Amino acid sequence: MKKLNILTLFIILLSLFSVNTVAAQGGGDISDDEVNAIASELFCPVCENTPLDVCETQACKQWRELIRLKLSEGWTDAEIKQYFVDNYGARVLAEPPKEGFNLLVYFVPPAIILIGAVILFRAFKEWKNDNGEKDAPITEASPKSTRETSNPKDDYLAKFEEELRKRE
Amino acid sequence: MTEENTPENSPQKRGMPLWVQITVWSVLVALLVVVFMGLQRAQEGNVQTGEETGKFDFTMPLFEGYYHEGAQEISLTDLRGKIVVLNFWASWCVTCKDEAVELEEAWRYYQPDGEVVFIGIDYVDTEPEARVYLKRYDITYPNGPDMGTKISQAFRIQGVPETYFLDRDGVVKHVQLGPFQSTAQIMSIIDALLAE
Repeated sequence: MKKLNILTLFIILLSLFSVNTVAAQGGGDISDDEVNAIASELFCPVCENTPLDVCETQACKQWRELIRLKLSEGWTDAEIKQYFVDNYGARVLAEPPKEGFNLLVYFVPPAIILIGAVILFRAFKEWKNDNGEKDAPITEASPKSTRETSNPKDDYLAKFEEELRKRE
Repeated sequence: MTEENTPENSPQKRGMPLWVQITVWSVLVALLVVVFMGLQRAQEGNVQTGEETGKFDFTMPLFEGYYHEGAQEISLTDLRGKIVVLNFWASWCVTCKDEAVELEEAWRYYQPDGEVVFIGIDYVDTEPEARVYLKRYDITYPNGPDMGTKISQAFRIQGVPETYFLDRDGVVKHVQLGPFQSTAQIMSIIDALLAE
């Protein structure tokens, strides 16, 4: 009986050991958060515009499992990302490397915004100057000439005031 | 008569300096050219029948256990004089599985003569799953990963599976988008090329 108990205990311990081994091989001790931290910085070329951490296609699931496997093997984040770049190209990176043609992504949009801002600033400035020059003679002119040269908005205002006076 | 609109009285408008205008227009034109080229490429579709593949030659490393004439890599230019069947696939691709057996059957039929070479190009795949796929379907023709997706970009593939049949001069003679229906379908295309 004692021998049977020892044998049972041995079998239980052995089975526990084997379960732990399988879990380690599958990268089971790596959490989804750890995987997604890297996956969120990658894009699968098959599912364009969808970050890897939220993509539900079979290809992306395989990629995430590969990240889990690499993490369980002790690879660093940078090494894993470099592996994906080597295998699938730099386009998998959410943030393209700052070199070559990719530099356009970093410099063109701010440059366009800056140029646009300058153009708008100058346009508004000229617009303001034009209005200032237009207003100047009106203030110096007689009431009659004001009416002659006034813009439609002033006419509307005059009519509006006249209507108000009638109602009083 | 008002004097507002006479040119003599209008204020001198200050424009942007000429060099700024030239720079802005140059940048805009360059951007338009880049966008146009990108759109044109996107609309071009995959490589068509009649196109010469010499311009996008490639050398592909093969998966462990796969060889071509003793080497663990395969180069397209080295295959001039032979009929080449380029099959783009992936382990995550469901329809690729529908043609895996047929492609292998066709390969085993033509392999002894050495006139036809099949190449499997694994597109955007993970190596562990690719190995499982190759083993499951007992695929023996040279297979390797499309490193950096350079080959698939050169052929402008639209998806997987896609198969390109090249004649002895490297000219695309047939394009199969989607899976083959039967081994006979694959063999009829190859036989026609062998007869040329």
